[in-house]
Amino acid sequence: MTFLSVRDLVKHFPIKRGVFGKVSGQVRAVDGVSFDVAPGETLALVGESGCGKSTTGRAVLRLIEPTSGKVEFDGNDVLALGASDLRRLRRKMQIVFQDPFSSLNPRMSIGAIVREGLTIHNLAEGSAADARVKQLLEEVGLRPEYSSRYPHEFSGGQRQRVGIARALSVEPTFIVCDEPVSALDVSVQAQVVNLLQDLQRDRGLAYLFIAHDLSVVEHIADRVAVMYLGHIVEMADVDALYTTPIMPYTQALLSAVPAPDPGVKRERILLTGDVPSPANPPSGCVFHPRCQHPARDASCAVIIPPLEEKAPGHWAACIKQPPTTVSWESQKSVGGTNPPDFFLPRAALHRSIDTTSAH
Amino acid sequence: MTSPLLELDNLHTFFYTDTGVARAVDGVSFHVGAGETVGVVGESGCGKSVTALSILRLIRAPGRVEQGSAIRFEGKDLLGLSEREMQRIRGNRIAMVFQEPMTALNPVFTVGDQIAEVARIHANMSKKDAAVKAVEMLRLVGIPAPEQRATEYPHQLSGGMRQRVVIAMALVMNPALVIADEPTTALDVTIQAQILELLADLTKRLGTSILLITHDLGVVAENCSRVIVMYAGEVVEEAATVDLFARAHHPYTEGLLGAMPRVGGTAERLATIPGTVPPPTNWPDGCRFRERCMYAWERCATEHPPLYQIGGGHTSRCHLAVEPERRAHPHTPIAAAIGASAA
Repeated sequence: MTFLSVRDLVKHFPIKRGVFGKVSGQVRAVDGVSFDVAPGETLALVGESGCGKSTTGRAVLRLIEPTSGKVEFDGNDVLALGASDLRRLRRKMQIVFQDPFSSLNPRMSIGAIVREGLTIHNLAEGSAADARVKQLLEEVGLRPEYSSRYPHEFSGGQRQRVGIARALSVEPTFIVCDEPVSALDVSVQAQVVNLLQDLQRDRGLAYLFIAHDLSVVEHIADRVAVMYLGHIVEMADVDALYTTPIMPYTQALLSAVPAPDPGVKRERILLTGDVPSPANPPSGCVFHPRCQHPARDASCAVIIPPLEEKAPGHWAACIKQPPTTVSWESQKSVGGTNPPDFFLPRAALHRSIDTTSAH
Repeated sequence: MTSPLLELDNLHTFFYTDTGVARAVDGVSFHVGAGETVGVVGESGCGKSVTALSILRLIRAPGRVEQGSAIRFEGKDLLGLSEREMQRIRGNRIAMVFQEPMTALNPVFTVGDQIAEVARIHANMSKKDAAVKAVEMLRLVGIPAPEQRATEYPHQLSGGMRQRVVIAMALVMNPALVIADEPTTALDVTIQAQILELLADLTKRLGTSILLITHDLGVVAENCSRVIVMYAGEVVEEAATVDLFARAHHPYTEGLLGAMPRVGGTAERLATIPGTVPPPTNWPDGCRFRERCMYAWERCATEHPPLYQIGGGHTSRCHLAVEPERRAHPHTPIAAAIGASAA
């Protein structure tokens, strides 16, 4: 039995126009996303802004009601649960938000913020709750004496620790981390990343780690799913994804990360143009207008590529990257001119750089 | 180098607030040569943006550039100029690119009009010529269909496009210096790569100097020839980029480099700098980094370190320059010992 399994998750936001709120279109924020998370594992969701990664994270927890799909957590059908059952399940699945400034109630002391979950779920009260709050604060690296202080008295990194303590208070087994370190300075970011890793080791937590910073993701994730315009386009173990990325989009994304090694000039795969609007995504493969795959042809604009296992544990959605279940005949029938052919991963250059540098 | 394009000499910018005097920039000196791209790095609150605003004389009350500071640009002391003379320099000889392109653009004018305005003010161009110039600038920064885009409003453009427009505005008068304050922080990594490529290409073609302010050492490594590291209102280290990454001297720089996760890196655990930047109203005595430093000793508490020369134009504000043997004995910093969380 899988721990968390998400199948064909869809979230469309209606676009309303005029005084009567007539629906004139749909923003296809998440458009058929499937993945599994194992106990104690970190799956990272990466992609550019607007690709639907945060919406996916929230839809899994039903903080946003998904349009359709199936989410199974610990044997429960999350999307079918009633309000009280869902609340009980939320004890096991928590979230840490990106912005440590707006995600904490400024009128509550941090002790009260951490304690709230304990009260709601009847986990502890009175002096037992006080002791638990102190212990949680200590665990995330805050001094227990601070429990009567208010969020504005803390720096961004410290507030993020409060957010983590709040999530931990109800003893979850799964936490959605929605860009937990993006708003932090690099030195503080490292502190929070280390804290998240320590907690995972000590408590066996599973993370869905949503981020756009690929260097942080490589550091923390076991597996990575790359999203583009509401679809997962590639998913693999972190090593496989970073050394042998299959999708041209992943390669471009990796090559765009600035390398902290001056003097080393790397071949950079520059993407041209911007991400198209999810209200009007391209037909067929959503990435085809920007794709640099040598075999790209007219069939890419027609056939929606299935997410296929191209190598053991390495999934990608590309009909031009062999092996594929979309036969060459069916590609030809919709205007295909180039048979599937390997697009060699060029972003693997990252590895050779690091071995030659000082480290 | 005979005379640098821009030279800051002992710049002090203080803010007089209710809670005390915030010494945001506290004795900063550096220079930028013609055609050079210099990076300024540091965490939030280290004074990098206030330095940039001071150069352009955009500091408003309760802030003030203190007596004894000097900012020389093309042979003129900017601090001695009248507001009128300063206006002729801003946008003309020194241009600024801000972090958030949406707030740097006026939402009620088309982007073409906003670019044209610069040309009309500074070059007295006619409305018609300025409009032509605007389209030309949009083409220069790689915006497709520039005639069409010039008639659009900022909200109709994506973040990357808006930043290109802001860069186009900055380059209208072919300035000698562009100050780019976190120009790519609000952008996605693929768009960031495009924008940095564009800036590098334009400086090569136009010979513009760039002062690139960022918190991202990766951006510095790829774009700057020289780096200035700021901490707590001061320059703590300055070196050629290659030199800084190979032989970081100051413990703060060392910490920043260690804290940065890198693609292809193998470290199991990231190095951290315990604690946070102290408030600018209350810089610690002695070395301002002392409490977060793993080498600090008695001397650091009593003696404020000067910028030591450590050879080849590499300077560092750390007593390790004169007592290098101390580096062999790292210990737990005070900030970590009293809890990383000391508020």
